[in-house]
Amino acid sequence: MLIQVLFHVFAVILLLAALGVIGARNPVYSALALVMCFITSAAIWLLIEAEFLAVVLVLVYVGAVMVLFLFVVMMLDINLAELRKGFTRFAWLGWITAAALIVEITGVVWARGGLGGSIDAHRGVVVPLPADYSNTLELGKVLYTRYAYPFELAAVLLLVAIVAAIALTMRRRTGLKHQDINRQVAVRREDRVRLIKMDAEKRP
Amino acid sequence: MITLVQLLILSGALFSIAVAGIFLNRKNVILLLMCVELLLLAANFNFIAFSRYLNDINGQVFVFFILTVAAAESAIGLAILVVLFRERRSINVEDLNTLKG
Repeated sequence: MLIQVLFHVFAVILLLAALGVIGARNPVYSALALVMCFITSAAIWLLIEAEFLAVVLVLVYVGAVMVLFLFVVMMLDINLAELRKGFTRFAWLGWITAAALIVEITGVVWARGGLGGSIDAHRGVVVPLPADYSNTLELGKVLYTRYAYPFELAAVLLLVAIVAAIALTMRRRTGLKHQDINRQVAVRREDRVRLIKMDAEKRP
Repeated sequence: MITLVQLLILSGALFSIAVAGIFLNRKNVILLLMCVELLLLAANFNFIAFSRYLNDINGQVFVFFILTVAAAESAIGLAILVVLFRERRSINVEDLNTLKG
């Protein structure tokens, strides 16, 4: 019962935050609403006992990806008025598509068993797991055995992403003064000091 | 207890909101990237719901991989965005027309 109430509260917050993402005037507010979305989703995932992924969602998404988003949004000096122009021009099309999607999805789910009714074996209810069940342990068992190779591939993919992102954004600025340690070490006395023999001159 | 249907409808609603967002913010590349993140989140919801419902952990492994790919995608997308802004001083999608055939 309490889980039901919590689920509905979180679902409403999640959908409102999603509306905030797409409707906010300022991209910074959009990014913050997206953070709210991820945190609420993590809470719902905790409710349906997918603990490891909930923690990963908060750590990876809120902790890394959204911070990156916020950095970029705040770094760029965007002309918001220009981007907001024609905001509502295709809004009707967007809402019609969204309404069609939700009707379709609800229809399919309805046809397969009715809202809140039974779809299959245990009456469509997500059955609670035993108290000594460890989601992380079970995930680790398959991740490092059956999915070991895809796991390595995912790591390589992240490496490629790092290299690509750095290669894209790095630039050599011209006219910068910087030290060249190599030349500093290799310097010889003759390059710096020149002793000249000359006759003394009278002051003018 | 939470039913599978509730989860499916929640993820469907989230997905539709994100699709509407792509229509609304079709000029702003940053908002488009954020909407793609929302779409992937809705897909992950389905994976986790079915994984728990069928008591099969493999679905959660897939969510793990989707999260990885989405993180890589947003990192590269934002890098491209930064380069683009440096070149054009704008992130308007309508300004990105040099590649048209």
